[in-house]
Amino acid sequence: MKYTQGKYIISRKTAIARDIYSFTIACPEVAEAAQPGQFVHIRANGFTLRRPISICGIDKAKGTLRIVFEIRGEGTAEIAKLNEGDLIDMLAPLGHGFTVNPEFKRVVLIGGGIGTPPMLPLAQSYGDKATAICGFRNASAVILQEDFRNSGAETILCTDDGSMGIHGFVTQPFTEIAGKENIDAVYACGPMPMLRGIAEICREKGIYCEISLEERMACGIGACLGCACKTKRNDEEYFAHVCKDGPVFNAEEVLW
Amino acid sequence: MADLSVNVCGVDFKNPIIPASGVFGYGREYEELFPLSALGGIATKGTTLHKRTGNLAPRIAETPSGMLNSVGLQNPGIDHFIESELPYLMTKNLVVLANIAGSTVEECIQVAEKLESTDAHMIELNISCPNVKQGGAAFGTSCEMAAEVTRQVRKVTTKPLVVKLSPNVTSITDIAKAVEDAGADAVSLINTLLGMRIDINTGRPVLRNNVGGMSGPAVFPIAVRMVWQVANAVNIPVIGMGGVSSGRDAIELMMAGASAVQVGAAIFTDPFAPVRIIDEMNDFLDSKGISSVKDIIGTVQPW
Repeated sequence: MKYTQGKYIISRKTAIARDIYSFTIACPEVAEAAQPGQFVHIRANGFTLRRPISICGIDKAKGTLRIVFEIRGEGTAEIAKLNEGDLIDMLAPLGHGFTVNPEFKRVVLIGGGIGTPPMLPLAQSYGDKATAICGFRNASAVILQEDFRNSGAETILCTDDGSMGIHGFVTQPFTEIAGKENIDAVYACGPMPMLRGIAEICREKGIYCEISLEERMACGIGACLGCACKTKRNDEEYFAHVCKDGPVFNAEEVLW
Repeated sequence: MADLSVNVCGVDFKNPIIPASGVFGYGREYEELFPLSALGGIATKGTTLHKRTGNLAPRIAETPSGMLNSVGLQNPGIDHFIESELPYLMTKNLVVLANIAGSTVEECIQVAEKLESTDAHMIELNISCPNVKQGGAAFGTSCEMAAEVTRQVRKVTTKPLVVKLSPNVTSITDIAKAVEDAGADAVSLINTLLGMRIDINTGRPVLRNNVGGMSGPAVFPIAVRMVWQVANAVNIPVIGMGGVSSGRDAIELMMAGASAVQVGAAIFTDPFAPVRIIDEMNDFLDSKGISSVKDIIGTVQPW
């Protein structure tokens, strides 16, 4: 099975910051197939389009997935109304995820805001080989820091207003690390300006970099061609699709 | 178990349900979920003479009970379709409606010519895409242009020719009659309705193309009305579509006069929608003791 659609029980729901929720979902066959960086496509009652949400945790032994999402509009607000014990309708797992290479000795994970959750499965895979740099608007928007610490990864926290951790953007500590250490790979998810900055630093330093993109999406499986993203393949411009070719792309392929 | 088979232009369908062009690609992605052989047919992604990259993103927006799209006919070109997609679909035991489009009459002719030597069962000529600047809707909104492109494509194909109509016109029955006179074997309708959304925080349209085609349950009553009007105006079969999301909707569209039904946006909400709709149609017919779905086509008794 590559992906399937079904209704699954929400076994745990927590509010982890203002308008940000964490669901743990009992879905053994989806958890079994899921890879870091993939996403689930969730039906919001009363809406035509599903909402793509990145996977924040994969527990194959327990048969659960964890998702963390922010209320961005009416669709995600509807999904946030679901409670423990309710059924959630998912088409999952979808998309092309991150490359996890056991040979890598040193990796940097960079998450900005609600782009942080998909970094957590990578932190759990790489453990103390990883440094997780997470950036948020302010202290009240900070999420998942304990989970990152529990993964064994080194954690660096930044806030835009300095109300917690380093006062500044994630690119500051990343530039320092990239200047003095040998890094095998960088993985990032967050706002486009952040991703572009990271991709530029990686290109200058010759560091392999994968980024996770988001786009308004319909089918979620590569059929409708709704979520186009300009990329370069074999030196030719190519409209890739975030749902199937991505959401994770080699940063070198993305045309900004 | 009711008999769900229908016949459109001499082509047998095991059931009347066809995923609409554009939502379903060339079928491969959905084969992961259910066998394509469960479907009556497939209307393949609109295909042009050469590869098209389509419009910039965002191409998709949610609307009340529906959605907008402005994909802009992104497709790999007719040669790729014939070499790599059609042979795969021909093994799936369903009717293939090869949906074609072009920016000029000449392009439509060339695409149809290339399909003539293939096994595709029917051609669905898209004269109504709202998302490309040239052609598309320009053909579909004038009786003269619609008739001209139909007449020219008719000359180069012996396959049943279905012409897909735009609802963005003053009188869809006039367009339908024009393409019937020009040699169309059937019409399919409705394509999407031109719509627009604006992000009031940024003052920018949600779609990068500014405007796009609206579909989903919100357009269903318009589809019923137009299918009914066209079915009463022409003597060729009508394939109905527009916001169908349940077996009851499909039955309703057939009562309005559709000989077969395409399913579009509903597939985004429920990827199993086409197969669910087939089951629901069967349940409805059984509950009414109707032995064949053919017996309901055009049976609405207007006041």
